[in-house]
Amino acid sequence: MKPSNIASAFKKCRQEHRPALLTYTVSGDPDKKKFFEILKAISSHADICEIGVGHNCNTGDGKQIQNSTYRAIKNGIKIKDTFAMVKRFKRTKNAKPCILMGYYNSIIQYGENRFIKKCKQVGVDGLIVVDLPWPENKNFSKKCKKNSINFVQLISPTTSKYRMKRIINDSHDMIYYISMLSTTGGKLKVSPSEILKNYNRIKKINKSKNLVIGFGITDKTISSLKKADGLVVGSALCKEISESIKKKQNPVTKVGNMVKRLRAKLS
Amino acid sequence: MMKLKKGKLLIDQHNKNYLYGGKFGGNYVPETLKKPIEDLANLFEKLRHDKKFLNDRNYYFKNYVGAPTPFFKLKNLTKHLGGAQIWCKQVSQANGGAHKIYNATVHALICKRAKKKYIIGDTGAGYAGKMLSMAAKKFGLKCKIFMGTKDIVRQAVNCRAMRKNGAEIVPVDSGSKTLVDAVSECMRYWVSNCDTTHMCVGSTVGPNIFIKICAWSTAQISRELMVQVKKEFGKVPKKLKLINCVGGGSSAMGFWNEFVDYDKNQVELIGVEAGGPKNSKRHAAPLTNGAKIGILHGAIQYVIQDAEGQIEETESISAGLDYPGVSPLHCLLKDSKRARYTSATDEEALQAFKLVSRLEKVRPSLEPAHAFAEAIKIAPRLSEDTIIAVDSCGDAKKDMKIIKERLGRNL
Ligand SMILES: Cc1ncc(COP(=O)(O)O)c(C=O)c1O
Repeated sequence: MKPSNIASAFKKCRQEHRPALLTYTVSGDPDKKKFFEILKAISSHADICEIGVGHNCNTGDGKQIQNSTYRAIKNGIKIKDTFAMVKRFKRTKNAKPCILMGYYNSIIQYGENRFIKKCKQVGVDGLIVVDLPWPENKNFSKKCKKNSINFVQLISPTTSKYRMKRIINDSHDMIYYISMLSTTGGKLKVSPSEILKNYNRIKKINKSKNLVIGFGITDKTISSLKKADGLVVGSALCKEISESIKKKQNPVTKVGNMVKRLRAKLS
Repeated sequence: MMKLKKGKLLIDQHNKNYLYGGKFGGNYVPETLKKPIEDLANLFEKLRHDKKFLNDRNYYFKNYVGAPTPFFKLKNLTKHLGGAQIWCKQVSQANGGAHKIYNATVHALICKRAKKKYIIGDTGAGYAGKMLSMAAKKFGLKCKIFMGTKDIVRQAVNCRAMRKNGAEIVPVDSGSKTLVDAVSECMRYWVSNCDTTHMCVGSTVGPNIFIKICAWSTAQISRELMVQVKKEFGKVPKKLKLINCVGGGSSAMGFWNEFVDYDKNQVELIGVEAGGPKNSKRHAAPLTNGAKIGILHGAIQYVIQDAEGQIEETESISAGLDYPGVSPLHCLLKDSKRARYTSATDEEALQAFKLVSRLEKVRPSLEPAHAFAEAIKIAPRLSEDTIIAVDSCGDAKKDMKIIKERLGRNL
C-alpha cells in the first residue's frame, strides 16, 4: 500500500534529521481571501498544515484560537468554504498535507459519512476531533481509515498507561502529544526535559508511530523540543494574525515570516 | 419510542457509553479531561454507597441547607383562578435562596474527600455561584466562579454575595456573555488545572458524572415532597401535576425524581422553558421549539444551533434559564414522553410574578415565575381535585431591579 502523504512528510523530515513543522491556523481567519494567502505562505516552510474548523463552543481552546475562531465565523466562514479552499490549495505547487482540526458537533451536523466523503474528495489527509476521544472515536476512526484519511488521536499528561496503549493501538500514522495540562495557547509551564521524558514513554510503546508535540510552542521554546518527530505551532500564529490586524500590518507576510523563522530553528 | 426502566434511578439509566436511551449524554471531552472525569466518577460511585458520606450529606442537608423546605397550598391564587388546587414547594427557603445549594454542598463534600483545596463552578443567575461560594467558605475551600459579563450586571445582588463569601468572580466576555460561555470557560480552566482543582457544574449538564452528581443532590427536593404530599393527601393524589422551570434542568430533576415511576396519567411532569421576549425570534427553549440534537459541553442533547452546528445565542429575561442546551435527562424524559415541555415568554413570567406576589407571600424569582405562568394558564381548565405543585426554586431578591424596571414600582 502506498504510504499516506502524512507518513511521507514525516519520512522526509527524518531523512533531513529534523522534526516536522506543523502549523495550525483557523480556516477563514481573518477572512476567506486572506486565509487562503496565509495558507500558501505557510506552505512554503511548514511540512503539514493543520486547518481549524472553528466552533464557537471550543472548550479545548484558549484565548488566541478563540479570537481567531470568532473572527473567522464573523467574517462568514462556512464548512463548504473550507472544503473548497483545501481543494484549491492542494492543487498549488507547494501544497503540503492538510489536517482538519475541529469539534465533533460540526461533523455531526454536516453528517459523519458525508463529511468523510467530502474530505476524501477535496484531498484532506487527516482529521483531529478535539472532543472525540477514545473510545468514543472508535467507529469514526475506522470510517476514516477506510477512506484513507488519517484519524489523529491526542494523548495528554493525564492519559493513563491503559488508555495510552489502547489509543496507540488504534492510531493511524500520527499521534499528538499535548505537552501540558492546558488549553491551547497556554504558556509552557512544564520544562522541555519533562515533556520529552513523557514523549519518550509514549514513543517506547510503538516506535513506528509519528508522535508530535503541541500546545505552548512558540519561536522561543521550539528549539528545546527538537527531538520530537514533529512540533505543532498554533496559538502563536493566531496571535500574530490578531496583532498584525491591530497594528494594520499584513497578516500574510507576518505569519509567513514567523513560520519561516520557526522552520529555521529546526534545521 | 424510548422506554424508561422502572425501579432504577434515571441518572443510572445509561449504557456503557454513558448514553441515555442510547442517544443522549456521553463524555465528549478533550483527552485531558478523560482521566479526571473517570477519577471523579469512581469516587462518586464509592461515596454514594458510603454510609459515612450519606450521613454527612443528610446532616448538612438538614442542618445547613435546612430540610425540609415548606410545602403549602396557595389558597388565594387557587381561589382567584378557580380550578385546580395550586400548591407551592418553597425550595427558595433553603439556605441561600435556591435549589443550587444541594449540588454545591455535595460537590464541596466530594472536593474534601478528593483532598482538593480549590473548587470552581459556573453560574448564570448567580445562585449556583453564590451557593458554591457559601459551601466553599463553610468547608474551607478556595473558590472561583465563572460568570458571563451580561449576567454579572443583571444579577449583581448574587455577585455581591459571592464576593462576600470570599470567592473570586472570573468575568467571561466571549460569545453571548451568559451561562453557556461561563460553562465553557470553567471547563477550560479545569482542563488547565484538573490536577489541583475540583469542578462543579451548576446544573444537570456537562459530562455524565456532573449530570449524575447534580441530579442525585437535588433529588432531596422530591424526597421531601413525597413525604409532604402523602402527609397532606394521605397518598399520592390521583391527579397530580408537578410544574418546574427548566434551564439546564437540575431543579426539575430534583422535583420529579421520586415521581418518575408513576404513570403519567396520575403524576404529570411539566417542564417550562424560557420562551424569551414575546416578539423575539430568540428563546432558550430547545425542547419546546424542536431544536436539533447536537453536542454541547461534552454531552449530546437538544441544543439551539445553526445548520453548521454553531451554538446560537439565546435570550431570556431569566439568566438562570438562558442556556441553549438542556440536560440529557430531560431529552430522555421528552423522547420517552414521560414529561411534557412547554415555554413561557418573558412577559408571561413577569405577569405570573406579579399575580403570585400580589396574592401570596411567595416571591418567586424570574426562573420559577416561568413555572407559575404555566400553572396559571392551565389551572382554570382543571377540576378542583387536581393538585398542581409548583417548585418555587428561587427567591426574587436577585431580580428586583429587573422586575421594577419592567413592571414599575407599584407592584
Ligand atoms: C432559581 C433558579 N431556578 C432555575 C434555574 C435553572 O437551572 P436548572 O434548570 O438547572 O434548575 C436557576 C439557574 O441558575 C436558578 O437560579
